[in-house]
Amino acid sequence: MVPLTWYVVLSAALFSIGLFGVLSRRNAIAILLGVELMLNAVNVNLAAFWRYGSDLTKMTGQVFAIIVFAVAAAEVAVGLALVISVYRRHNTVIADEIDLLKW
Amino acid sequence: MSLQQIIFLVVAAATVGSAIMVVASRHLIHAALWLVATLFSVAVIYTLLNAGFLAVVQVVIYIGAIAILFIFAVMLTRRDMRDTGPQHNRNWWLGALIGLVTFAGLFSVLFFSSAFNKTPAPLPAGYDAVSLLGDALVSPNAYVLPFEVASVLLLAALVGAVYVAFNRK
Amino acid sequence: MTTETLLWLIPLPPLLAFFTIWLVTNRSKSLSHTVAVGAALLSWAGSMLVFVRALGVEHLGAHPFESAVNWLPTGDAWLKIGVRLDPLTTVTLFFVAWTVLMIFLYSVGYHNYGQPPGDHDRPGLPPHGATLAGRQVPSIEPMYSRFFAFIGLFAFGMYTLVVSDNLLTLFVGWEIMGLCSYLLIGFWYAKPSARDAAVKAFMTTRIGDVFMLLGIAFIYSATGSLSYGEIFREEVLHTLASVPTPIFGLSAAGLMGLLLFIGAVGKSAQFPLHVWLPDAMEGPTPVSAMIHAATMVSAGVYMTIRIFPLLSLDAATMSIVAFSGAFTALFAATIAVAQNDIKRVLAFSTISQLGYMMAALGIGAYVAAAFHLVTHAFFKALLFLGSGSVIHGMEHGVLHTGDHVDPQDMFNMGGLRRRMPITFWTFLIGGFALSGFPLITAGFWSKDEILADAFGHGHLAVFTTLAVAAFLTAFYTMRQITLTFLGPARTKAAEHAQETKWTMTTPLVVLAAFAIGYGWVGIPEHFPVLGPLSANWFHSFVGGTLAEHPEAVAFSVVPLLTSLAVALGGLLIGWLVYRNVRTAEHDRLQIPLLKNKWYIDEIYQVVFIRPSFWLAETLTSKWIDGALIDGVLHGIGRLTGRLGHTLRNYIDKPVINEFFGDGTAHVAQWFGRSLRPIQTGRVQNYMLLALLIFMLVGSVVFYVLLA
Repeated sequence: MVPLTWYVVLSAALFSIGLFGVLSRRNAIAILLGVELMLNAVNVNLAAFWRYGSDLTKMTGQVFAIIVFAVAAAEVAVGLALVISVYRRHNTVIADEIDLLKW
Repeated sequence: MSLQQIIFLVVAAATVGSAIMVVASRHLIHAALWLVATLFSVAVIYTLLNAGFLAVVQVVIYIGAIAILFIFAVMLTRRDMRDTGPQHNRNWWLGALIGLVTFAGLFSVLFFSSAFNKTPAPLPAGYDAVSLLGDALVSPNAYVLPFEVASVLLLAALVGAVYVAFNRK
Repeated sequence: MTTETLLWLIPLPPLLAFFTIWLVTNRSKSLSHTVAVGAALLSWAGSMLVFVRALGVEHLGAHPFESAVNWLPTGDAWLKIGVRLDPLTTVTLFFVAWTVLMIFLYSVGYHNYGQPPGDHDRPGLPPHGATLAGRQVPSIEPMYSRFFAFIGLFAFGMYTLVVSDNLLTLFVGWEIMGLCSYLLIGFWYAKPSARDAAVKAFMTTRIGDVFMLLGIAFIYSATGSLSYGEIFREEVLHTLASVPTPIFGLSAAGLMGLLLFIGAVGKSAQFPLHVWLPDAMEGPTPVSAMIHAATMVSAGVYMTIRIFPLLSLDAATMSIVAFSGAFTALFAATIAVAQNDIKRVLAFSTISQLGYMMAALGIGAYVAAAFHLVTHAFFKALLFLGSGSVIHGMEHGVLHTGDHVDPQDMFNMGGLRRRMPITFWTFLIGGFALSGFPLITAGFWSKDEILADAFGHGHLAVFTTLAVAAFLTAFYTMRQITLTFLGPARTKAAEHAQETKWTMTTPLVVLAAFAIGYGWVGIPEHFPVLGPLSANWFHSFVGGTLAEHPEAVAFSVVPLLTSLAVALGGLLIGWLVYRNVRTAEHDRLQIPLLKNKWYIDEIYQVVFIRPSFWLAETLTSKWIDGALIDGVLHGIGRLTGRLGHTLRNYIDKPVINEFFGDGTAHVAQWFGRSLRPIQTGRVQNYMLLALLIFMLVGSVVFYVLLA
């Protein structure tokens, strides 16, 4: 039997990797890839907690995961639209070069 | 080590491996494809967790829509970035550090607390996860409101994305 | 109208005249003198009416006409002021009214009413002549109305003093006259000598007035009243006489009397406060006549006579009064023989005669003193007005001939007998009265009575001194008459002198009549031949003022012969010596000591004036005020300045401005500049930073705070 700990650790690992991707990738789209990883890690976590819950008739975990799906989709859509718009304007997708708020 | 554990480990390794490839890949298109692999592995995890619906939704939505969207975005923004030059910015080590620290922290908390050391309850006979999920999503006593709000969110995102990315030439 | 009401009203017309002239008729000369003379006439009429009524009252001294009102609330009681008509007041009012009226009338002519305004005349300077039809004639006084306003105020002061029944209103009248003497002596204010003389007069009389005020205050505090009726009561006087004071061992009465007497010393120009009177000749002659003959100086003697009941209680005070008077009489007479200015002689003569009166009071000759006061007023006023007439005549001669000599110097005169006859005869009468020419002049009777009293009561020192002074009086009077009127004219101006107008000569004649006739009301009872013919009305009338009617002194030939000898002898010798003296160099009596008034003025200058100036200029102004007080203030100022500088340079600038003010700014700037690089604009940097801090805080919270 797979203890819950393993699933949760997996989720933590995915999350950390995603975090690393967000913080260190140059391309804006790659950053969003990292964000997706993080969201997936969250979903894994939620699903694991649902399965290892005491009352399996309560679908809270899964519902939450569904909602996260919807949010992730929305976020990706808008985020990529923004990246494309920025690319059109500034002709670059490198996050470091988009520094209009620099002092 | 039972069979389930071995399967889990293999699938987990695949997930983590593809995730690392996502963030470490040199070419962006490769990163997107590795993301597809990661997402698929996660679907398998869902299956292992008896969350079949989630697995299917994962494949359909994440891989079928979101990953495709990523690939489109990569293609649309390829002018200057010809997969050349470094993929990581100057402070990547700080990001790595943070990731490492986060993982270490979480691991230390999660692994060594007894609360998570449980085994799953067996599924009851005649257990229909999908219909229960369906009930939960539309029942007024349950989660119909977040469900509806999520749909409104999607609408807003749809409109917003169209508007933001609209080519006004 | 009751006598009391009349008494209240008598001082008013001159006061109203003063205000009217000052406020209304100032521009019009004729209106001004009409108002003034009219007022004098009204007061004269009132005085005569009152005089006649008073004569009809039996024992006026015991039942005087009185009227008083509540004036000053003092606790439970009131200080009353009012009017009083007793015999002394009656005779005083008589001569004051006549002399004031005569002088007012005289002033019209003296100030050349009717003459054209002068060529170079300015207000403040004596008129200097106008050109009329090619000839120089005397010009009208530019400040004509002002003069009449002032003498109106003066007359008010004198009348108030005379009719009052208490020392307070007496003092009020006294001080008003003091003010007017200042204003009138300094009438020609553009002349520095006149200004100085006015200040000198005021200051000197002020010294006397301070003591007088002390005396009045003493009387008030001792008796609770200032009315004559109250303080001269038997019981009050008795108490005052028995209370001793720590000053010179005098009794209270004696001290009061002495203090008041000192006031009289100032006002009546007795030694040592006589110095103002000769200088006061700077004023116009009517002023000299009024102030220094008829009224103001007489006020001092009047007041002393008034307080005689108080004075007579203390023998020491009486001696002081007597010796002061006698000494002054002789002292002034010696100076008078060496003076060349016609008015100066008369000034010193006044001082001398007032000394006579004081001496008389000092030896207890109450009636004699009052008698001499009255007669002196008449003949001295006559003499002054006469001298004014002489000066006018001389000025006419000066203008006529263009020979600019001093019209007041007797050695420039001579032979005026023929040129100015009326003036001559009236002046002669006055001079003889002053000398005490026997029988037909009033001065003889009054002076003789003083000498008789002195001799009769055994005051031989006083008698001798007064006799010598009488000789000198006759001598210098004759000197004056001889030099002025007799012999040939010594200058061209004298040759062309002219008699003065009726407005000036009429008063001379009237006063001359009194100078002759007034004496006959005071002929002593036991005088050979004439005595029994006339009851000594003056003695019985005026003597009734006192509670105890004073006894007439027993007749003795010695004083009579003495006074005849000195009077006639002095006149004769004076004529003999001076009928041949042509110029001042020939006059052997021009001894510098006498001519310079025994150098008293110079002594005062050194002893009092210069130290006062030093005290004011150097000690007070320069040292105390300038160096000490201003020094302290300047020191505080400098200290404050230095304090301010220090605070500014050592605290304000470095600490508050630089450290706190600029420092805060620099620190804030440094913070800003240091934190600025965080704002890279790169999202990932922001995230990194946020996560780092989150981790830091989280670890602190988790491991430290929740441990």
